[in-house]
Amino acid sequence: MCLGIPGLVEEILNSEPLERSARVRFGGISKEINIAFVPTVAVGDYVIVHVGFAISVINESEAKRVFRYLEEIGDLEDLG
Amino acid sequence: MNIECPLPLDQLATESDEVIRLGHGSGGELTQRLLRDFIFPYIDNYWIQQGHDSAKLPVDNGSLVFTTDSFVVSPLFFPGGDIGKLAVYGTVNDLAMSGARPKYLSCGLILEEGLPIKTLVRIMYSMGTAAAEVGVQLVTGDTKVVERGKGDGIYINTSGIGVLGATREICPQQIVASDVVILSGDIGRHGMAVMAQREGLEFESPLLSDCAPLCDPVAALLAAGIEVHCLRDLTRGGLATALVELAESSGMGIQVEEGCIPVSEPVQGACELLGLDPMYVANEGRFILFVPAQQQQQALEILTAIPVSIDSRVIGRVSSLAGAEVTLQNSLGCERLLYRLPGEQLPRIC
Amino acid sequence: MKYLNEYRGREGIRKIVAELHRTTTRAWTLMEVCGGQTHAIAKYGLQQLLPPEIELLHGPGCPVCVTSLDIIDQAIAIASRPDVIFCSFGDMLRVPGTDRDLLAVKAAGGDVRTVYSPMNALELARTHPDRQVVFFAIGFETTAPANAMAVYQAHRQDVTNFSLLVSQFLVPPAIDTICADADSRVQGFLAAGHVCAITGFEEYLPLANKIRRPIVVTGFEPLDILEGVLMCVRQLEQGKYEVQNQYARAVSSEGNIPAREMLQRVFEISTQSWRGVGNIRSSGLLLRQEFAAFDAGQRFPMDFQVREDTSGCISGRIMQGLSKPDDCPHFGNKCRPQSPLGAPMVSTEGPCAAYYRYGTRPHHNQEPRHEH
Repeated sequence: MCLGIPGLVEEILNSEPLERSARVRFGGISKEINIAFVPTVAVGDYVIVHVGFAISVINESEAKRVFRYLEEIGDLEDLG
Repeated sequence: MNIECPLPLDQLATESDEVIRLGHGSGGELTQRLLRDFIFPYIDNYWIQQGHDSAKLPVDNGSLVFTTDSFVVSPLFFPGGDIGKLAVYGTVNDLAMSGARPKYLSCGLILEEGLPIKTLVRIMYSMGTAAAEVGVQLVTGDTKVVERGKGDGIYINTSGIGVLGATREICPQQIVASDVVILSGDIGRHGMAVMAQREGLEFESPLLSDCAPLCDPVAALLAAGIEVHCLRDLTRGGLATALVELAESSGMGIQVEEGCIPVSEPVQGACELLGLDPMYVANEGRFILFVPAQQQQQALEILTAIPVSIDSRVIGRVSSLAGAEVTLQNSLGCERLLYRLPGEQLPRIC
Repeated sequence: MKYLNEYRGREGIRKIVAELHRTTTRAWTLMEVCGGQTHAIAKYGLQQLLPPEIELLHGPGCPVCVTSLDIIDQAIAIASRPDVIFCSFGDMLRVPGTDRDLLAVKAAGGDVRTVYSPMNALELARTHPDRQVVFFAIGFETTAPANAMAVYQAHRQDVTNFSLLVSQFLVPPAIDTICADADSRVQGFLAAGHVCAITGFEEYLPLANKIRRPIVVTGFEPLDILEGVLMCVRQLEQGKYEVQNQYARAVSSEGNIPAREMLQRVFEISTQSWRGVGNIRSSGLLLRQEFAAFDAGQRFPMDFQVREDTSGCISGRIMQGLSKPDDCPHFGNKCRPQSPLGAPMVSTEGPCAAYYRYGTRPHHNQEPRHEH
């Protein structure tokens, strides 16, 4: 359920509050996506997109958390 | 290969505002004019000039290979190709997959009343160019017109004849344990290029269909004496379906490594967005081949020297240990079985 | 692709799996709630990487699977009308109603279309003013704001030939119901990351306390799912039942406030019927009175006999984690993706289809190979 894919906001296309849309890049393709639910989003942000709507702006520092954790595990392994 | 266009582009009758009428299929004057002005000029050759009901074909020594395929695609023109190119390459590729040199094609056109003549001309031009590129002759054909609403603009059927030289048989039953599986390039381009145009799903993409003739790499492999056991072009159903069919026909197990299968970034992006698996997305210019492991290096050298198969690589091997099934190993080292699609692959979205 | 490929890397997965093996000392049974997670687990073969003590049950989070038979029959009846363009997400087209599916309606001449977004359906309504455009609004909290937006815009722009056939579900009441069953074996939950991207997880705090089971908000990539399992197992090993957020890159505690506001403006909470499970209180969304004109159920009223599902499909037990797909006598025999008895074999997020496609063989054939 709820297939959500991260994409890069490349350009704001429409700034009407409810019809705010952006061109969002997913790998090698792009699509116009409604960004009414993420009013603070800016070009260069990554958003999670579900059925044509951005539902969340990706928090980059949180995105790295698991990799910091993996490094810690790695260090522990090295000690062991 | 030397590409000879049958007519210069600027002489194409693309300015015509005429549309196909039912009378174009009557067999009378209108039919004659349609053939004379808008079809023959683009596929002209000795046999067309004879104007017979059938074509008399000289044949070399060896066996004949015969196949047929019908082409329905919407839209008729898509990035990287059109229905005319598909109709030539598709049948040519089926012939090439048995190791044959494609020689002659027939061309059956089913036109829908109302189809603009200039659309037909663009398609015939495309067929003529594609045939010249491959070195096949369109030697016979037929044209019918159906009422408006009963066709999708144009349907094309092509049958093809190829000549098989003195080579060993190339078919699924020749596959043996320890053969390697080589894939001729990245997958999923055609399906996603067409999907990008579909109403309700459309997206912007730089994707071009991979549609291309595959006879050059096949001819090169055979000329070099590679002991090709089996060839299969990837069409509807994608790589997964082709592998499953071959496992079943040969009775052998096939193990494939997902990490070795190239998928371009646009295809990956589109598949992620629509919840599709690139393993099942259509191709029109890719094939897999089965060769003995000791010849894989030589086969790869030949394939990667030819543009259409420049990204060829080994993706798996054949084993007699497993049943007649295809196992896909992913980069995490986990395995899953590949199956046929139960029907059309539908986007998984919600 | 950034934020996808790095969560699929072999090295990171190897470390998480090693940590999971170190952490697990006893047998634990977890449920991933979301069908997207079920799909990923099957596709990547993640069960093969888990310690043998950990069992994953597959939850109710596949809207295609839980939409009730009478709504599907209603969809089929509406889609068969000559004045209607019926729009749906792809997977829904193959789900069997009592007599046939939407693809059969299409084959018989119905105008049934696959769309990517409810906004595509609204656009079709604008460009086809002479037709009735009906969107099959299925989904969970993630999809509801998008459906709400389509209705809100139709209302604002006075697009009167547009309506929704609504079948929307809420996750927390389903978790509560699953735990209330005395036979339930679920000891911890991986909550659906994209649902929580909308709702946040404040609502889950009292729920975790009530059901006394850990809930970990989890993403969809292999690394996410394995870390979610690790966080859940760690809590279980320590006797805790807290709410944790594995998917913090996309989920905050309060969720997406503009999306929640839109959802609440257009929909209200109602009792909802789940296929194979029955009615669950406060587990669904219906259009508010103000937007009732956009309710396809009212626009195309049907004299409806709710029919019993006689297919033999045990979807209800499967979606509640009471049975696994290969416990079903029909799995792989009478019920296959090409001839499904029920929705879990149709949807690519349905646990039965996931099992069938991604490598667990029907057990009349041989032992499931991935359950070691």
